[in-house]
Amino acid sequence: MASSDVARMPEKAVRPLGLAGHVGFDSLPDQLVNKSICQGFCFNILCIGETGIGKSTLMDTLFNTNFENFESSHFEPQVKLRAQTYDLQESNVRLRLTVVNTVGFGDQMNKQESYQPVVDYIDKQFESYLQEELKIKRSLHNYHDSRVHACLYFISPSGHSLKSLDLVTMKKLDSKVNIIPVIAKADTISKSELHKFKIKIMSELVSNGVQIYQFPLDDETVAKVNTTMNGLLPFAVVGSTEEVSVGNKMVKARQYPWGVVQVENESHCDFVKLREMLICVNMEDLREQTHTRHYELYRRCKLEEMGFQDTNPECKPVSLQQTYEAKRQEFLVELQKREDEMRQMFVQRVKEKESELKDAERELQSRFEQLKRLHADEKATLEDKRRNLDDDLSSFGKRRAAAQLLQAQSLTANGKKDKDRKK
Amino acid sequence: MSESAKPHHPSPQGKGEKTHASDFSYVGIDAILEQMRRKAMKQGFELNIMVVGQSGLGKSTLMNTLFKSKVSRKSVQPNPEERIPKTIEIKSISHDIEEKGVRMKLTVIDTPGFGDHINNENCWQPIMKFINDQYEAYLQEEININRKKRIPDSRVHCCIYFIPPTGHCLRPLDVEFMRRLSKVVNIVPVIAKADTLTLEERDFFKQTIREELRANGIDVYPQKEFDEDADDRMINDKIREMIPFAVVGSDQEYQVNGKRILGRKTKWGTIEVENIGHCEFAYLRDLLIRTHMQNIKDITGSIHYETYRVRRLNESNAHFKSQPSDHPAVQPKANGQPEVTPSAPQANGVAAKHEVMSHEM
Repeated sequence: MASSDVARMPEKAVRPLGLAGHVGFDSLPDQLVNKSICQGFCFNILCIGETGIGKSTLMDTLFNTNFENFESSHFEPQVKLRAQTYDLQESNVRLRLTVVNTVGFGDQMNKQESYQPVVDYIDKQFESYLQEELKIKRSLHNYHDSRVHACLYFISPSGHSLKSLDLVTMKKLDSKVNIIPVIAKADTISKSELHKFKIKIMSELVSNGVQIYQFPLDDETVAKVNTTMNGLLPFAVVGSTEEVSVGNKMVKARQYPWGVVQVENESHCDFVKLREMLICVNMEDLREQTHTRHYELYRRCKLEEMGFQDTNPECKPVSLQQTYEAKRQEFLVELQKREDEMRQMFVQRVKEKESELKDAERELQSRFEQLKRLHADEKATLEDKRRNLDDDLSSFGKRRAAAQLLQAQSLTANGKKDKDRKK
Repeated sequence: MSESAKPHHPSPQGKGEKTHASDFSYVGIDAILEQMRRKAMKQGFELNIMVVGQSGLGKSTLMNTLFKSKVSRKSVQPNPEERIPKTIEIKSISHDIEEKGVRMKLTVIDTPGFGDHINNENCWQPIMKFINDQYEAYLQEEININRKKRIPDSRVHCCIYFIPPTGHCLRPLDVEFMRRLSKVVNIVPVIAKADTLTLEERDFFKQTIREELRANGIDVYPQKEFDEDADDRMINDKIREMIPFAVVGSDQEYQVNGKRILGRKTKWGTIEVENIGHCEFAYLRDLLIRTHMQNIKDITGSIHYETYRVRRLNESNAHFKSQPSDHPAVQPKANGQPEVTPSAPQANGVAAKHEVMSHEM
């Protein structure tokens, strides 16, 4: 029966109340689930591992499909990431799966910066989500969430211990993404070696302070299986898309001359466990951890970096607007300063150009004068020459006239002589 | 650094192809539904309902009938001077209720004094302020740097407005209130004390109300513009044909035909509350609780709250824009990318000016 509590309760206290009959809000989880089915789900996996360690094959096996894969070469100069998105559907659930593979990880001679592209990629996804969240007009429910929800780190099956590259990379990533380490190509390790290997790996991770993803223990329905699985980390997996007939069934397996390694046989490898933990039991928790822990951490750091605070030095809550306003003023002042600088620079350049032009003009002018002078000089010289020539001509003319006269006189003299002779 | 291919559509073989020995082709993606359900049950739900109407219309009784427990205390103050508060008060009471493992924190917000004064102008103002205050509180928490894992949701999801059963048409007070508040919150109008109307009167009244709502441009829940697809529209159209629901509330049980049911006993008969031949309480309950509760919360969260947020962030931008500045509209920055002033309607609010985000257009 309903609890009849007549005394008025203060606003903040919440009292439990019994219901007298069936109200019907137990259908709320169903309503929520139906809405999610309509919207579809989103899951992003990042696979980090050396080239050829079996990342793509494992993804194919895990999701039972054939993703478009191509083998990458071992000669990549830098680590790159390749992201591919797929729409999968199983019964009425639509999943938008994004698989991000590293290309060229561990192939370079100098692996110091190998982790950086991965960290950058993860940060970029957080950044674009943060941008969307901070927009004025935003549409979060339509937003395609590209943040990395799970990171499968492929450990190569050396049987000894983790490589230093592994430790460094995992240490950089453990605060940004849920790391699930897996031992790849587990069919090359024997059972006893595997057991020792797993212990060594876990102890190394612990001693280096790497926080890998722990399956959640707070829900009683799955706490037990999660605790068991936590103790079996890292999972030793084998991937295969080829089918081999074993007994009277076709199973996914790898065929060797000495036997067949069945992927879905729990005594052969931990593939089934991985699939169960990653997809069937904890997918939602992975997404939630990414959003509430890793993304919030990123957001907090980013906003603090930008100078926003929740409380100012007097410990009074500062609204985002006030900080924003202060930053805006700073920015406007800086903008003004830059504008002034630019203006000054412009004026200076103009002056320089002007003086250059003036110099050029002056130079041209002097050249012109010089040429003019040269011209005048030549003209004068020519005049002189002409005068000389004229003088020469006139004197020559005179001499010629004189010579002709002389000749004429001599002719007449000769003619007289001839006459005289004839007489 | 990374490229992405167009979405590709390989599909794993469905569950129907299981071989008898093992889950050969089964991946397990649909187990996520179960995970979501578990998470929801663990977290619990929150619902905030506001009831608005003149005193004596049966608001508290209806709440008690809806949730089958004493969620509201009926106003039984004997003193008439005390009964009508000077200004409209907003009283919110929360309860934790549980049914079949589903826990819900129900908050009922009562508004005594609404419409009870002689001069009821601006009676909607305190209510509007309360609703906006809840949005503000949520916004402040959301823009905090260190924010809680789960922001406590005190936003009003649904406002049930009680229309007195005059049988004629809506009063100016009703029209005014619903017109203003339908823009900020989901309003579900109900005809209170519907046992005073005969069926023909009730139909006529409902039709008049619907026409008046349409004529005044009042969009009550379920709003036409938020229908998602054809199925939704079909279901919602049926509901829209029936609103406002004519309800009768009761928290007393009587013996009818050998069964104990909730009802009101009068000399001329017993009105059964949950009998859809008598009144439409069952439809209201189904709408609010059994089928559309999640939808109501979603519309509050993604549409009404976002509208408030846009308005609020734009306001603070406009306020800061009134500082003296002689910058032209587009200013080349040192690194060569143009910058847009905050007056552009699509600009980023908080982060617009920061250099890190300057590439965002």
